[in-house]
Amino acid sequence: MASSNDNPALLDIAEVSKSFGSVSVLRSVSLQVAKGEVVTIIGPSGSGKTMLLRCVNFLESYDSGSIRIDGKEVGFRDGGARQRRSERDLAAMRAETGMVFQSFNLFPHLTAAGNIMLGLTKVRGKTKTEARSIAEHWLGRVGLAHKADSLPAELSGGQQQRVGIARAVAMEPKILLLDEITSALDPELVGEVLAVVRSLAEDGMTMVMVTHEMAFARDASSRIVFMADGGVSAVGPPKEVLAVETTNERLRTFLARFRASHF
Amino acid sequence: MLSQILYALPFLAEGFAVTLWVSLLVVVLSLIAGVLLGVGLVYGPAPLRWAVRIFSDTIRGIPILVLMFFVYYGLPAVGVHLQSFWAAVLALTLFKTAQVVEYLRGAVASIPKGQSEAAMAIGLTFRQRLTSVIFPQAFRRFLPPWINGVTDAVKGSALVSLLGITDLMQAINQIIGRTYEAMPLYILGALIYFAVNYALSYASRRLERRFAFIRD
Repeated sequence: MASSNDNPALLDIAEVSKSFGSVSVLRSVSLQVAKGEVVTIIGPSGSGKTMLLRCVNFLESYDSGSIRIDGKEVGFRDGGARQRRSERDLAAMRAETGMVFQSFNLFPHLTAAGNIMLGLTKVRGKTKTEARSIAEHWLGRVGLAHKADSLPAELSGGQQQRVGIARAVAMEPKILLLDEITSALDPELVGEVLAVVRSLAEDGMTMVMVTHEMAFARDASSRIVFMADGGVSAVGPPKEVLAVETTNERLRTFLARFRASHF
Repeated sequence: MLSQILYALPFLAEGFAVTLWVSLLVVVLSLIAGVLLGVGLVYGPAPLRWAVRIFSDTIRGIPILVLMFFVYYGLPAVGVHLQSFWAAVLALTLFKTAQVVEYLRGAVASIPKGQSEAAMAIGLTFRQRLTSVIFPQAFRRFLPPWINGVTDAVKGSALVSLLGITDLMQAINQIIGRTYEAMPLYILGALIYFAVNYALSYASRRLERRFAFIRD
């Protein structure tokens, strides 16, 4: 079995397939992400982008293939046999990846700081005081130092999503997964959230994000992955993948439709 | 008449104590069993889910009185002999447990899936997700029907008098048997039951208001 030394990629997705009955949602997807890379996944809805992201922290299981972070299999026990990890192991593995959701999913009964502190105290074993100061640090980073004691219901969508990002990065994950994090926001609130993502990218945070914000994908990504029909259809630097003269039929159609509706 | 009632008061008080004791046992035991089985119903493996489903649907389909007579008069046929007090407590607890299972299932099902996923994503274990994320939110939905069920338990405890247990109801009946003062004694009994249940409802409304800040 491969040890972590054999594999320089921080995230190694190898031939992952998943189907619901006769419908294939992921078809032998392979993708490597190096430390510090920002990889953006684009594609039409139903192409498997979100599903792939959810497999990376095992919110979804998959039928075959493997997903490794730092050489460690995410959802299944090391050693070849496809045996699901114990609840405790899974929780520990998930703590190594951060996830930000389209619908924010903040805990409504906890304050902004409380949302961030929960994982720090329960999973990272920090004291309340330590967790509070980490939470305040990250709330400051996302421009919400003054909202530490506000409940989610008292925050705007953009503010909630920034708390969502702070909650994920405060755990110091190896990889941050961003699942259409601006799709549920009013257009005027998108900018403040993307600004936070950009500053994290500048800090060297490894990120995999699914987005429909093409301009942002073009400017902020190291590489862009185009998915169609559950498979990786194109992958490369933004300039290559988003080039108007691409020979990839599916990609050209997608981009043309996209340009028509967004420009 | 008044002197007869005053004379009977200590006897009524003893009955009232039995009513409270039965109610307390039933409420506490059914809460523990109901929450455990309810978690099993929502999150358990298929065989456990079926078992809880069958238990809950069966019990809720039977009148409490039938259940109580079955436990007290029926079970001895298979060698289970319970004192009338414990037979009554067991029957009422079974009945209440089935209700608590449904309250819990409903309350937990009302929490969006994204809450569990967000809790998973930061690395919480199953138990931590329940205690730190799901239950605190589900509690507000659980409380009103459950308190309603508690008042039902207090009222329903009057049925134990039918197994010859001297609770408040039975005490009243016995005093009436001696004094023939049915009207004032039943009014007194009704007032006592009402006072307990009104206090419970009041406490419930206070609690609900305390947790009202959680917007859906």
